[in-house]
Amino acid sequence: MGVGVQVNQLNAWFGATHAVHEIQMDITANHATAIIGPSGCGKSTFVRCLNRMHETIPNARVEGTVKIGDTHVYGNGTSAVEIRRRVGMVFQKPNPFPTMSVYDNVAAGLKLNGYRSHRDLDEIVERSLRQAALWDEVKDLLKKKSGASLSGGQQQRLCIARALAVEPEVMLMDEPASALDPISTSKIEDLIFELKQNYTIVIVTHNMQQAARVAEFTAFFLSGKLIEFDKTEKIFTNPGDKRTEDYITGRFG
Amino acid sequence: MIQSKYWWRSLQDKLMVGLATGATLVVLVPLVAIFGYLIYKGIGSLDWNFLTKIPKPVGEVGGGMANAIVGSGVILFIASLIGVPMGIGTGVYLAEFGKKRFGYLVRFTADVLNGVPSIVIGIVAWSLVVVTQKHHSALAGGVALGIMMVPIISRSTEEMLLMVPQSLREAAWGLGISQWRTTLSITLRSASSGIITAVMLSFARVAGETAPLMFTTLGNQFWNFNINHETAALPLQIYTYANSPYDDWHRQAWAGALILIILILISMSLVRMAASRGVFKGGN
Repeated sequence: MGVGVQVNQLNAWFGATHAVHEIQMDITANHATAIIGPSGCGKSTFVRCLNRMHETIPNARVEGTVKIGDTHVYGNGTSAVEIRRRVGMVFQKPNPFPTMSVYDNVAAGLKLNGYRSHRDLDEIVERSLRQAALWDEVKDLLKKKSGASLSGGQQQRLCIARALAVEPEVMLMDEPASALDPISTSKIEDLIFELKQNYTIVIVTHNMQQAARVAEFTAFFLSGKLIEFDKTEKIFTNPGDKRTEDYITGRFG
Repeated sequence: MIQSKYWWRSLQDKLMVGLATGATLVVLVPLVAIFGYLIYKGIGSLDWNFLTKIPKPVGEVGGGMANAIVGSGVILFIASLIGVPMGIGTGVYLAEFGKKRFGYLVRFTADVLNGVPSIVIGIVAWSLVVVTQKHHSALAGGVALGIMMVPIISRSTEEMLLMVPQSLREAAWGLGISQWRTTLSITLRSASSGIITAVMLSFARVAGETAPLMFTTLGNQFWNFNINHETAALPLQIYTYANSPYDDWHRQAWAGALILIILILISMSLVRMAASRGVFKGGN
């Protein structure tokens, strides 16, 4: 089951560049929350702070608190590895492991963490691929086909299956459909609809229709600041801030 | 306008293709010439005796280089035991963790080491191993060649690892896979074919080294299977025989050079074959 995410006074830097300012946000469990905003507004940096991916960049720095359920993400005793197991991530460009088969890609998160029971693995791989709506397309060639030989849309669904296999509680999606054609995009959107029954989903998107279609809540970012965060319906029909309105009506950005 | 310039662009195109082809030929000709000449001079003396017998005393015709072939194998095995793990380990450090000052220092040292004349490396191994052990040995030669392998392998490993896209590391980290596991099972695996090439290049490079072996393994006219004793090695044997005044030894030196190249070719092909069958892709 998903858990909520509480963000408090979150700031992030790249060297001297202050990329994310004082974010305060309560992300509801088992719902989808969309993050929208123009390029370079800090959306990706923000979600990368939620699973401690931001700190992997040299000279990057984070301040403030993030709570996943009851766990302090930046707490003293918390390891980044543990957080990343609980907070899955799907990236903008599909990035399956090129040396591995479809099966091994999905099983990678478990196998490389020392999980060995093969019968369980088979089950988990099948379940994850079914959840990601990829099973029927790859079931005959699971161990023969390389992850890199799939089409772009299939690769992205493979990456989603791979993330699901480790059973995270929160799923971060950083523009998961921006490199895909409309058919693959709609498959991914259907998927998000299914997934949010069991996972908390945070999805960064450039596509406002997509935000409106999949997310209950929407946050609008501008220049590293959270301008408005409300029910999606409210953001798109009756935004409280002039800048949000300008952005969603296409007057800037 | 565009039409009128077409002849000129097409000429430029042909010119460049011609130059590139010419450059390739210039590189190929000496390679083929060396190999061809080696076969021409050496094949006549290459027989079963040469591969199975040890050298005969001066004056007696016949004998072979079996002890040198085995000796070279032993020395190169020791060298690989030292050079490959150290080289790959250093390369991993440089690529994954070496962004700081110490990394620059290591990188610089490796580049300098790469340019140090092999005879100097031989002196180092001599003072480290021969002086301590108080006698020459295959071990000392292996250490010398192993040291030579390290900078070649480490710098190439670093280059190969840096070519692995960051997005793959992030994919692994995003699954909660620890850093060392990611390096071992994702990054190194993705770069494995390039690293294998680097290892083979360094292997071939040191296989033919003579200078560092002169005062480390010394050479031996007889069988020796103890790595703590003087050992025969193909390059040393070739050197001694080529410098000798005897025709029979000259003949054998050519055959030795040919067999050295053939053995390098065979070992490289074997590793390539093993690599393409996925022998080195384990580790998950």
